[in-house]
This record gives sequence, C-alpha cells and structure tokens, in this order.
Amino acid sequence: MRTLAGMTATVASGLDEVARSNAALRAFLHGLPGVDQVGADQRAAMLGTRSIKTTAKAWALDLAIRMVDLTTLEGADTPGKVRALCAKARRPDPEDPSCPPAAAVCVYPAMVGVAAEALDGSGVHLASVATAFPSGQAPLDVRLAETEAAVRDGADEIDMVISRGAFLAGRYLDVYSEIVAVKQACGDAHLKVILETGELATYDNVRRASWLAMIAGADFIKTSTGKVSPAATLPVTLVMLEAVRDFRAATGRQVGVKPAGGIRTAKDSIKYLVLVNETVGEDWLHPDWFRFGASSLLNDLLMQRTKMSTGRYSGPNYVTLD
Amino acid sequence: MAFEYAPAPESRSVVDIRESYGLFIDGEFADGAGGRIKTVNPATEEVLSEVVEADAADVDRAVAAARRAYDRVWGPMPGRERAKYLYRIARIVQERARELAVLESIDNGKPIRESRDVDVPLVAAHFFYYAGWADKLGYAGFGPDPKPVGVAGQVIPWNFPLLMLAWKIAPALACGNTVVLKPAETTPLTALAFAEICQQAELPAGVVNIVTGAGETGRLLVEHPGVDKVAFTGSTEVGKQIARSVAGTRKRVTLELGGKAANIVFDDAPIDQAVEGIVNGIFFNQGHVCCAGSRLLVQESIADDLLAALKRRMSLLRVGDPLDKNTDVGAINSAAQLERVRQLSELGTSEGAERWSAPCELPERGFWFAPTIFTGVSQAHRIAREEIFGPVLSVLTFRTPAEAVEKANNTPYGLSAGIWTEKGSRILAIADKLRAGVVWANTFNKFDPASPFGGYKESGYGREGGRHGLEAYLAK
Repeated sequence: MRTLAGMTATVASGLDEVARSNAALRAFLHGLPGVDQVGADQRAAMLGTRSIKTTAKAWALDLAIRMVDLTTLEGADTPGKVRALCAKARRPDPEDPSCPPAAAVCVYPAMVGVAAEALDGSGVHLASVATAFPSGQAPLDVRLAETEAAVRDGADEIDMVISRGAFLAGRYLDVYSEIVAVKQACGDAHLKVILETGELATYDNVRRASWLAMIAGADFIKTSTGKVSPAATLPVTLVMLEAVRDFRAATGRQVGVKPAGGIRTAKDSIKYLVLVNETVGEDWLHPDWFRFGASSLLNDLLMQRTKMSTGRYSGPNYVTLD
Repeated sequence: MAFEYAPAPESRSVVDIRESYGLFIDGEFADGAGGRIKTVNPATEEVLSEVVEADAADVDRAVAAARRAYDRVWGPMPGRERAKYLYRIARIVQERARELAVLESIDNGKPIRESRDVDVPLVAAHFFYYAGWADKLGYAGFGPDPKPVGVAGQVIPWNFPLLMLAWKIAPALACGNTVVLKPAETTPLTALAFAEICQQAELPAGVVNIVTGAGETGRLLVEHPGVDKVAFTGSTEVGKQIARSVAGTRKRVTLELGGKAANIVFDDAPIDQAVEGIVNGIFFNQGHVCCAGSRLLVQESIADDLLAALKRRMSLLRVGDPLDKNTDVGAINSAAQLERVRQLSELGTSEGAERWSAPCELPERGFWFAPTIFTGVSQAHRIAREEIFGPVLSVLTFRTPAEAVEKANNTPYGLSAGIWTEKGSRILAIADKLRAGVVWANTFNKFDPASPFGGYKESGYGREGGRHGLEAYLAK
C-alpha cells in the first residue's frame, strides 16, 4: 500500500532503515506519491499570476537580494573577477547603504582561497561547487578530495552534484552513499545537493531524488548546475518544496531549497518567493532556507529596487557590471 | 516576517455601467413595457444598474424579431457568411476581454483571476470554435445538408453569465438559428455588453435578442409559441417545470441542470495535485458550478493525511475583493443564495457531520461564506445528497473501488465526476462505470469548446460543446 501514513511511519522509524539496501531504498522512493505533471505545471503557472505590488514588492526585492548566491562558474574565472564579485556581494548597491548584501558567493574550488580573503568578516557565505562539477563523472576519491580542499580553503557551503547516471540506472544506494561520503567530507560546511533536474526529466524523479538527498543528509537541495537546459523551473521547484515540506513533517528536520540557473529577472524571482510562500510558508522565506543560484539576477533586482524608491528606472549604466 | 501581498485591485475604469438598460430587440436597445429590477454588486451590495423586467409584450416583440431575422436573413445565409460574423464576435470579445472580465466580476462576485483567465478566454474560444463549424455542418454527421431549427429561446444562470451565453448563442448561430436569450436576473450586465458587441460586429438585426428579467420572463420565453427550441441551464427544479411546460409541443429541449459530483481519490493518487484538484473542484467560482466536485470520496487508508493536506491548502485561500488580482474566492452571488448555503450548512452540523472552515476574515458588507468542509458525512446526510451550490465540500470515505463507484452513482444527479489515481487502467475501468456526463481524470473543472458537456439522470439531457453540441440546433 502506498500511503502517506506508511511513508511517514517508515521515515520516522529511522532513516537507516530506508537505506539498508538498494531494494529497500527503491521500494521507499517508488512508494512516494506520484506527481501529475499537468497538475504541477498548472499550480506553478497559477501562482505565477500573483500580482505583487508596492510594499509587498519592496519587501520581496530585498529578500530576494539577501537570497542570491552570486555565482561565477566559468573556465575564464580569474582572481580579479572573483574579487570583483565578492565586492558586489558585500555591497550590491554602492550608492545605497540600506541595500542588503547577497547571501553568498559561489565559485569553483580553485577560486575559494581568493574569495575567502575577499569576503573575510563580511558575513557573506562562501559556497564552492565541488565533486567534479558539473558532470560528477570522476572517481569518488577525487570528488571527496576536491570537497575537502574547498572546505580547507575556506568554503562554508559545498554545492555537490549527484551522479545522474547512477540515479537513472536505478542504483539509488550508490547515489545515497556518495552523498553521505561528501557530507562527511564537508565537516561543518553546509551541503547543497544538486539534482540536475533537467537530466532527471520527470517530476517523479525529482521528488525521488529530493528525498534521496535529504535522507542522505543534504542541508539544501538544489535544482541545477546551470550548465544543462532546462535549469530551474517553477514546477520543478514546486515539487522540491513539497518534498522539503513533507520531509520536515515526517522527520522534524528542515531542509533548504535552491533553484539555480535561468532566473534572470526580479519578476521571476518574486514568482519563486510566491511559490515558497504558498507551498511551505514563511519558515522558508529566509536566506538560511531558500537561495537563488544566479548572476545577472542581482542587477535586475537592484534596478527594480531603485525604481521602487525613486520611481524611475536608472538603467543598466547605473548598476555595476562585474 | 510574513509575506503579505499588498492589495492589487484591477481598475474599474475600463467599464462604463449605465444607470439603466433597456431590452436588446431587433438590433436596438429599447425600453420595455415591464417593470424594473436592480442588479447589485454582491461584494459590496452597491446597486450597479437597473434593467427591464420583460413582460409578455416584450417577449412577443423579441420572438417576432428573431423570427423575421431567421426567415429573411440568417436562415438563408450561407454558413461561410455566418462564420464571418462569429469570427468577428470572437475577436471583439478578445479585444474587450479586460472590460468584460471586470464587468463580470463586478456583477457576479467571481474573482477577476477567474473571469480574466477562465471565463472570457473560453467565451472567445467558443465563438471561434463554432465559427469553424458554420460552413462544415454537412460533415458533422447529421446528414448531408442539415437545416437550422428556427428560433431558440435560451435561459441561462448567474454562475458563468457570459460563458453560458456563449455556450448557448455560438452553436445556435453557427447552425443558422436566431435567438432570444434571457440572462439571470442577478447578472444581466455582461449579456447587455454582449448586445453591444453584436452591434459592433454589425450582426443583422434580430439574430440575437436579449430580454432581461426574472423567472416569469423566462417562463414567458420558454412557453412562447413562436419558439422552436428551448435551451436551459439552471436548477433541476426549474428544469422539470420547463420539461412539463413544453411536453406535447413541437419544441425541442436541452436541459443542463444540477449536480452533486463525486471527486474520487484513490490511495495511489498524486496527492499534491489531488489536493489542488479538490480545491479547484469545489472552491472554483465559490462553488457556484453545476459540475462542482461537491462530494469528496477518499479512500479510507489515506483519508487523514489527505484531509490534513486539504485543510493546510484551504488555509491559503485568499477570500475577498473579487477585483483584487490575488483573490482566490470571491463573493456569493446573492443574499438568497447565501441564505441557502447557510441553511444547508447548518443542516450538516445538525445532522452530525463535523464542520471546518478555513480561517479567513470576511468583509463586512456583501455576501460572503468561508470555504468549508464537512467530514464524517454519510450517504444519508442531506449535505451529501442536495446540491448546495456554494463553497461547501462533503467528505465521505470508501474502502474499495466498487464501493467508490456505488457511492458516486448513488445520487439523482449525474453531471460530472473526478478520478484521481496514477494507475491508468483504473481510470478507464472506473470512468466506464460512472454514470456522469463528464469524467475528469487527475484534473477537475477543465473546459474546452471541443468537448461535449451534459448530464445523466436529473442533471439534464442534450449536450453542449463540441460536434455533439450542434445536434440540438439542427433539424434532422
């Protein structure tokens, strides 16, 4: 019998139980209620029509800025580029001291040392992708060593990728074990687990991968690397939010959610905040529990923020391009 | 800190409501001989306008105008020419969509999100769809050269005023009939706006006539000897009166009446979407929907979890100003309807069902009712049998698929039903056994002009929409 009650009881009785074998893990994940794609798309689209104006918009823009993981993940990244980004994260709007800082800067492991120095004392978190980002196709010991190096150099958040190959092949226990191992390598650093939902394809898979990551100890679940299209979408984020909501109800542990990739406008980011508000509620409306993985989004948020206070669009020449 | 949505009202300035309206007969607005009735905004009780209560002489004139137009212009006109007018009407509806949506929300009380995203787009879609049929009637399966029936007398309800008008007028006109339509007494304004659209589209005079009024005007129209075809959407009680009154006459009748639909949720359902479907099934349009999923049949093994999820979701419903773009549930259409919803709900409590209402602040003025569910309902309770036509859901449980089917069918109605399961074979097996005109699978309250709609049993007869919807307006 596939029931929510059964599901809840299983998890509450102990997560180890669920992960004792691949068969047990498979039975659990496939016992989760299905996701009807048409219905999920429809719900996300309806929430996308919410009209957020005036005071609500001003509040949402500031919150969105505080939730940005300002990201640069290019082969062309240099220390200079990373330092500029860190300065931007600390003080996104140089002309307005009331503008809050971003949540974090997100860089490749090789850039962590530079970023750690640039962010020192700012309160802005330092996230690093690790585990052979974006494909994850490297031996486990290499991925663990990369994670350890990033933490050692000063990252307090690690964004790992799961092995989509193993997940799609049904080797759930392998995926689980890898997440557990990376979590251990993180030490005190927070672990965000990237599902790469664009490659998982179905919402049923997104829900299963979300639970798998949470059972294995993820502090955050994240949609995408940004290197695969489609990246974050509203319905995928909806399914993940439902998963963290149900997981907390079942276990008492709260897990964060991070959509990443493709969120470029303030308007889009507000749609995500509405989704959070009407799916999991205000407990998640905080940078500790919801983040945007983005780069160009921040400037649009700043332009909209200035427009709210001055009544005019300042234009792209008045925000910094880093 | 919580995320409080600031008010986001749609502007009323796009509509221009006149102090009073006449009848639309023979292409012109004209004063009626009858008395006047007031139409109010159910969200504020503000009087919006006065319309005519058409009397026998008015109905006579309207039917005569429709007959003339049928004999001289519209009946003989080739289908491809009629289609041009219907396309034109559809486009004007799209152009005036915002105005029509605001007007509908003001007069009816439904949220602007629904009138804007559901009602008005579907109105345009119906005219586009039937415009396409006008020159292809010979291929519709009703003979090689089917003829129109003549003059249609059409009486529509207040829950989807403009959409029901479109369901009635679009197929009638496409088939070459002319119409006299009576909108509901509490919601006449969009029908009168539609009359202006007919003028704007230069539709020949008399093809569409709008007579406003209450039940007596409707009776006069339905019983008028010059009417060849009667189409009615409304209560089963009035539907039965109409069926009696036209018995023994040459008139053809289609009736789309009440419902008490079962929304059946199996234990393998996609739970989150099922919760959305339940909410959409009963709280869409304040539950003023003849095909509303007003009986939730949930498999006992998941009932507690599902109800917890449903209550959590209902707590998020935003009840209030229909013109606010973030409103989910608007006002009850009239004081009389509110009284009926209240009475039946009190009956539910007194019969022993447990009542739960979503916590929400209701405005002081206007007609309001909080979204409500009753649990512990049995088949013997009146709230499980009678159509409440409001935001009130009765929850029953079942143990096996056979029991679900038995309970779902155990009603005098049979308009619609819903099935929620991830198992495709179960959808087919259950749908086959449900005695309901529309069965939705893993969705609810989905409408499309290409899909026929109509009832079994006391939910009426005849089909509207799709190819099937042509049949009522074509002579064999």
